[in-house]
Amino acid sequence: MRELFRTLLDRLAALFRRRRLEDDLAEELRSHLEMAVELNLGRGMSAEEARREALRSFGGVEQTKELYRDQRGLPMIETTLQDLRFGLRMLGRSPGFSLLAILCLTLGIGANAAVFSWVEGILFRPYPAVTHQEQLLAVTGTARGENGPTLISWPDLLDFERSCTLIDSFIVNKIMGTTLSIGDRAEVTTGSIVSANYFDAIGVHPILGRGFEPGEDVGRNAHAVTVISYQLWKGRFKGDPQIIGKTQRLNGVLHTIVGVAPEGFYGTFVGWAMQFWVPASMEENFEGGAYKLEDRGARWIESYVRLKPGVTREQAQQEISAAAKRLEADYPDTNRGRGVQLWPLWQTPFNNAGTLLPTLEIMLAVVVFVLLIACANVGNLLLVRSFARRHEMTVRLAIGAARGRLLRQLFTEGLLLSAFGAAGGLLVAYWCRHALVLLFPARGGVAMHLPGEIDWRVLALSAGVCLVATLLLGLVPALQTRNLDLAGALKSDSAAVVGGGGRAWIRSGLVVMQVSLSFILLVGAGLLLESLQKIRNTSPGFSTHEVLDTAVNLVSAGYDAQRAQSFQDELLDRVKALPGVESAAFGRMTPLGYGSFSSTLIAVDGYQPPPEEQSTVEYNEVGPDYLATMGIPLVSGREFTRADDEKAALAAVVNETMAAEYWRGRNPIGARVQVKGRWMQVVGVAKDSKYQSVREAPKPFFYVPLRQNFSRGAGLYIRTPLSPETIATALSREVHALDPDLALFEVITLQEQLDRSTSPQLVAVTLVSVLGGLALLLSAIGLYGVMSYAVSQGTRELGLRMALGANASNLLRLVMSRGLGLTGGGVVLGAAGALALTRLLGNLLYEVSPRDTAAFGSACVVMIVTAAAACLLPAWRATHTDPARALRD
Amino acid sequence: MAASKSDVLQGTLDLLVLKTLDSMGPMHGFGIAMRIQQLSQDLLQLNQGTLYPALLRLEQRGWVVSKWGVSENNRKAKFYSLTRSGRKQLEEEAEDWARMSAMINRMLRTS
Repeated sequence: MRELFRTLLDRLAALFRRRRLEDDLAEELRSHLEMAVELNLGRGMSAEEARREALRSFGGVEQTKELYRDQRGLPMIETTLQDLRFGLRMLGRSPGFSLLAILCLTLGIGANAAVFSWVEGILFRPYPAVTHQEQLLAVTGTARGENGPTLISWPDLLDFERSCTLIDSFIVNKIMGTTLSIGDRAEVTTGSIVSANYFDAIGVHPILGRGFEPGEDVGRNAHAVTVISYQLWKGRFKGDPQIIGKTQRLNGVLHTIVGVAPEGFYGTFVGWAMQFWVPASMEENFEGGAYKLEDRGARWIESYVRLKPGVTREQAQQEISAAAKRLEADYPDTNRGRGVQLWPLWQTPFNNAGTLLPTLEIMLAVVVFVLLIACANVGNLLLVRSFARRHEMTVRLAIGAARGRLLRQLFTEGLLLSAFGAAGGLLVAYWCRHALVLLFPARGGVAMHLPGEIDWRVLALSAGVCLVATLLLGLVPALQTRNLDLAGALKSDSAAVVGGGGRAWIRSGLVVMQVSLSFILLVGAGLLLESLQKIRNTSPGFSTHEVLDTAVNLVSAGYDAQRAQSFQDELLDRVKALPGVESAAFGRMTPLGYGSFSSTLIAVDGYQPPPEEQSTVEYNEVGPDYLATMGIPLVSGREFTRADDEKAALAAVVNETMAAEYWRGRNPIGARVQVKGRWMQVVGVAKDSKYQSVREAPKPFFYVPLRQNFSRGAGLYIRTPLSPETIATALSREVHALDPDLALFEVITLQEQLDRSTSPQLVAVTLVSVLGGLALLLSAIGLYGVMSYAVSQGTRELGLRMALGANASNLLRLVMSRGLGLTGGGVVLGAAGALALTRLLGNLLYEVSPRDTAAFGSACVVMIVTAAAACLLPAWRATHTDPARALRD
Repeated sequence: MAASKSDVLQGTLDLLVLKTLDSMGPMHGFGIAMRIQQLSQDLLQLNQGTLYPALLRLEQRGWVVSKWGVSENNRKAKFYSLTRSGRKQLEEEAEDWARMSAMINRMLRTS
C-alpha cells in the first residue's frame, strides 16, 4: 500500500519535471552505450562493429525510452494534456468559431451563475457576517381568518422564550427609518429596533465599544443607546476613534453611541442595509403609537430564532405551537385564534426574501432554458465544423487512431469551450451580482441593498453547469463519429436544401428546440408584462394623478406634540394658499407604503364575532380633507373637519366592506364602534381602496381623526395639477419660512408610490424580458446558421433547379419555407410547453390567465418575424446561385 | 496471457537486480547488465534496455536509490544502491522464489 502511494507520488511529481528527467534518461542511456562500445573495442572489434553490437544487445533505444516514460509518468494524464494542447491549437486555428461558441456559452453559463449568486446572497445565505445562519429561522404570527402572516407582540415573545427549550435564542429585529442630521446634512437612514441579545445571538461583535447589555430592552424609553454601522462611522462620523460615548439625536432623542458594528455587517433584513441599532426599550420613540412592550395585543415584532444544534424546524415548530396554544388559553382576549409559524430564511415573509422568492424561482428555470439554447447553438457550430474536419478525422482513423481516442479528443475540445465559457460566465456573474438593486428605485433617497454572493457553492454549481454543457456538446461529435466510415468520407456528398439527409436532422432538431424554448420565454415575458400593466392600471381606489405625497420630519427635529400640531396647522394653511394647490391634508400612513397600518381589536354594538376569531381591523389616522385630497369618494355621511379635534366627540369613518361586515346593511352612521376601550361615533362611510398592496382583496378599514390620535410623523398629501418639482420648491420655501432647520422628504406622485409598490413585478418582467430577448437572439443566430449552411451545401441542388427553370422567387420561397417550417415546428412545440409551464408563474400573474391568447399570439408574431429576418439573408443568397458554376463544381 | 507471462519475467528481473546490488554494492546500469549476463552464463538473453524501466520501478517503490557518480574509467554514470526496505524485499522475494521452485521441482519429480 505504502509502495503504491509512493509510486503514485513519484509519477505525479515526474509530470512536472519532464524536461530534466528526459535529459537524465538520455544521459544515462548514452553512458551505458558508451561503456558497451568501449568494452567491445577492448575485445578487438572495429569501431563500427562495436557500436552496432552495443546497440543490438541494448535492444532499441527509442522503445526503451518509451517504456521508461510509461513507467515514469502517468500516461493517462499525459494524453489528456496532449489533448488539451491540441484542442487549444484547434480553437486558435478558427478564432471566429471559437469566439462565437465561447460567447454563447459565456452568456448561457453567466446567466446561470448570476442567478445562483442572487439566490445564494438573497435567499439562502443573506447574512454572511452572522455565524451559523443555517440555524436561523424567521418567526411570524398567524391569525385564524387572516391569510398572510402577522407580527408578534413583545409579551408573547418573552413567553415563547421562556417555554421553548429547543430554541437557543429569540432575536427581535424590526426595521424602521429616521432622518439623521449630522452637522448641516440631513438624510433618511434605516435602522433596526432589536432585542438586547441581538449582537451576541447572531455572533457579530462590535469592533469598537460593545453590543447591548441584558436589560437594555426593558423599560419605557429607558436606554437611549445605539450601535452604529461601520459605513455610518466611516462616512458620517469620519472614522472618529473617540466615537464611543458621544451622543447622536435619533428621532428627536439623544442616544449615546455605545458600539460600532464590524465592516461587512449590514443587519439582518434582506433588501436594506441597516445604519444603526437601538434596543427595544426605545421602540415607542421610533414606532410611534403607544408603549407596546407590555401590551400583548400590540403586534409589531419581526423576529428570528436560532435553533439549538441538531434541532429540526419541525421539532421547533411543534414546541412553539404548543406554547402558542397555552397562550391562547391563558389570554383569550388577545390571543384567541393566534398561532406562530417558523420559516426557513429563504421564505422570510417580512423582508424582500419573500417578495423576490417567486421571481428568483422563475429565473432558475429561465436560465436553464437560456443555457440549453446556448448549448444548441454551440452544438450546431460544432456540427458544421466537425463536417469540415471529417477529412482530418478520417486520416487519423486511417493511420490507426482508436475511435475512443478520437472521441476523447473531440470531448476535450468541448470541455475547453465550456471551460472558457464558464470563466467568462463567472466574470459576467461577478459584474451582475449586485445588479438586482438597479431594478428597484431608491425610496426616500435610500438605495436598496441586495448583494449577490459568489461563494464556493455558487462556484461548484457553475462548474456543474459547465460539465452539463460539456456533456451536451460532447453528444454532437459522438453522434458524428459513430457513422464515420473510411471509404465514404473521401467521397463528397452535398446536402439538399429541402428535406436534407443524414445529419441535417440533428441540426434541424436543435433549431426546433431553440425556437420552442425561446417561444416559451416570450410567452412568459408577455404574460408578466400584461400583468404589470394590469397592476399599474388597476385603480387603487384613490387618485394616482395630481396628488403628491411627501412628509416633513418633525420627529427627528425634536418637536413635541403640541408644537407639531400648531406647525401642521400653519403649514397646511400656507400650502393651501399656494397657487395651483386644490387641497391638502395630513395622514399618518401612506397607502401602499412599506410600513404596516396599525390594527386594533374593535367592538360594535350588536355584532358578535364568529367563535375563535377576533375582530381586528386596520386603521389610519387622518386629518381634515384627507379623503377629498386623496380622491377617495364618500358613500354617505361626512369626512373629518377641523372641528373634530381633541375637545370634540370621538369620530370614525369606516369603509364599505367594514360597514357591510359589521352592520350588515344597516346604516352605520351614528352607530358606535369601540377602539382600544374608547367608543367612537361613525360619521361617514368611504369607498373601499387599496391599503397595503394593489393585489389585496377588499378588507375592512377605518379612519380616525389625526387630532384625536395625534402622531408627529404624518405624511402630507397635496392635490394639484403642478409637477412634484414645482411643489417641492414652493413647499421647501414655506417650510423654511416656518422653521429653517426642518428637513423635507422627497415629493412624489401617488402613481410613483403605486409603481414602487409593484417593483417585484417590475423585476420579474425586466429579468424575463432581458433573458427572453437574449434567447430570441441566440435562436435567431442558430436559425440563420442552419439556413446559411443548408444553402451553401445545397448549391448544386439550387443550381440544378435554376437550370431547370426555377426563378429567383421560387428559390426564395423554397429557402424561406424551409426556415419557417422549422420555426413553425418550434412554435407548436413551444406552445405546448408554454401551456404546461406558464401556470408556474402563479402569483406573479395578476388578472391574466396563464393561457392568455394575447401573450401567446404576440409571442408567435415576434418569433415568426424574427425567424423570417434570420432566414432572409440565406434565402437572398440562394437566389444568387450561379447555375453554371454550381453544376460545374 | 501475454501480460501474465511478462509479469513473471518482470518479477524475476527485479529479483535479479536486487540480488546483484545486494552482493556487489552500488552499481551503474551497464554494470548490473554485465553482471547478470555473466552470472547466467549468457543463458539469459536480456535486452539490456529493459533494465532501465525495471530500475525506475524499483526506485519508485523505494527499494533502490540512485545517484550520479563517476565510473571506474572516469565516465559519468548513474549508480544504484539497495535501501533497507529493498534488502527486506529481496529476502522476502528470495524466500518466495525458493519455496516456489522447490514446489515446482517436487511436482516435476513426482509425475
